[in-house]
Amino acid sequence: MGKTWNNRAWFMVLPVLIIVALNAIVPLMTVVNYSVQDTFGDNVFFFEGARWFREVMSSERFLSSLGRQFTFTAIILAIEIPLGVAVALAMPRRGFWASVCLVLMALPLLIPWNVVGAMWNIFALPDIGLLGYTINHMGIDYNFTNQPISAWVTVVLMDVWHWTSLVVLLAYAGLQSIDDAYYQAAHIDGASRWSVFRYIQLPKMKHVLTIAFLLRFMDSFMIFTEPFVLTGGGPGNTTTFLSIDLVKAALGEFNLGSAAAMSIIYFLMTLLVCWLFYTYTMKGEQK
Amino acid sequence: MTRFRWLVPTLYILFLMLPIYGLLAMSFKTTNEILGGFSLFPQVFTVDSYVKILTDSTWYSGYINSIIYVVVNTLVSVLFALPAAYAFSRYRFLGDKHLFFWLLTNRMAPPAVFALPFLQLYSAMGLFDTHVAVALSHCLFNIPLAVWILEGFMSGVPKQIDETAYIDGYSFPKFFTRIFMPLIASGIGVTAFFCFMFSWVELLLAKTLTSVAAKPIAAVMTRTASTSGYELGLLAAAGVLTIIPGAIVIYFVRNYIAKGFALGRV
Repeated sequence: MGKTWNNRAWFMVLPVLIIVALNAIVPLMTVVNYSVQDTFGDNVFFFEGARWFREVMSSERFLSSLGRQFTFTAIILAIEIPLGVAVALAMPRRGFWASVCLVLMALPLLIPWNVVGAMWNIFALPDIGLLGYTINHMGIDYNFTNQPISAWVTVVLMDVWHWTSLVVLLAYAGLQSIDDAYYQAAHIDGASRWSVFRYIQLPKMKHVLTIAFLLRFMDSFMIFTEPFVLTGGGPGNTTTFLSIDLVKAALGEFNLGSAAAMSIIYFLMTLLVCWLFYTYTMKGEQK
Repeated sequence: MTRFRWLVPTLYILFLMLPIYGLLAMSFKTTNEILGGFSLFPQVFTVDSYVKILTDSTWYSGYINSIIYVVVNTLVSVLFALPAAYAFSRYRFLGDKHLFFWLLTNRMAPPAVFALPFLQLYSAMGLFDTHVAVALSHCLFNIPLAVWILEGFMSGVPKQIDETAYIDGYSFPKFFTRIFMPLIASGIGVTAFFCFMFSWVELLLAKTLTSVAAKPIAAVMTRTASTSGYELGLLAAAGVLTIIPGAIVIYFVRNYIAKGFALGRV
């Protein structure tokens, strides 16, 4: 690949290595420790082997929050990716209005996550919020604090609001890299709008869309703050996703062993997706 | 059909702006009016909430704390990531691919998993409730991201430039600061923007690692929501003020932001 073999490059990587290792390895080992031990207090721990793992893997609670997590991730991907591509295709390609679109669209990405949750909480309140009030006035009974379906709609809508712009920006970046000559050639050949999309734009966006897909997959898998502030995981447990369940177990109930075992399983899942992501981007490099 | 193409982004932006408008309108209402029922515009226009936030030190110190750790984190992340990204983009070395992969996994690690161990780690180091603790903990996901984006931008600079500079007698530090860094200036800007952004929006760790002295604005907001009744106007105003720093930094990087989201690899 034209890179020189040079082991002294390690010195340039070392500072990063130290600071990330401090943050990653020590806490990870703490979690691993908890996951194989139990305590009766007083900081006395004893070895438990794989008990917590067996317990978590067969517990109704973990499996149902995992199921909710996958459902949520599938729904938001099915909405955000096509919507993001559609918006990016219709956006002005350059000039003043393109900048205006970019700035306004990036805005939701920069709002602290608890503010996003609080904002949607207020927005969707049936008596005083813009959204909740409007929906109820259209004659639809909607109250996200006690109806599971309304709560799900609100959480999904909030995530679409929050993250579709990421897909838009990535797709836009992909479209920008297409040379005008392609469009001119397509025009001369009398290509339809659909074939321009199918044979010119889509192949060029393939790489960035994969990035978008995987980033959204992983980030939605660790979603915590927004739904926690919006619904608190409720009503009941209907919007309790993996991270929320985990924090409830660890900090709410101090059930450290099973929380740690859950963390490890959760971490291994993200690791798998991350590996797929890595092999893909590296493949992209080599072409 | 093409004539109405502008409708799609316009409707989308309208959808994005609606909740923000709701928040903005609420921040100018009195608490009584908010709880009294729905109204599209404030009936009694008041800036009391903003005045309270900007004069009460428990409120505005929350913003200052947040900005301090975000800026420290951005500086540390970019400075540490620059040489590492250069190494990854130019050299092959023992275990480079594994190291790069390991760095990435930390970007993907769910912060919820790390909240409790982080609390123990930083308490043990005597850093609990300091800005440094939050800034360092955010390095967990920001340094990998910074290395990743910078590596993408650096790989776009032809290697011949490095070689020519060395032949011309530049030492490495001089080459790096005088020639290489200006070449990837937009990349550095975008990286700083991303570090700022992810440190600014992350609150789980920031809240876990602080109690009084370095309390971020998010923690102040949660406290208000729970203790002093439900002062929605105040909460809304605080929320609006958290949007402003983001809006300012977006404006500066607007032309590079799309490329940055593609991690410099388009």
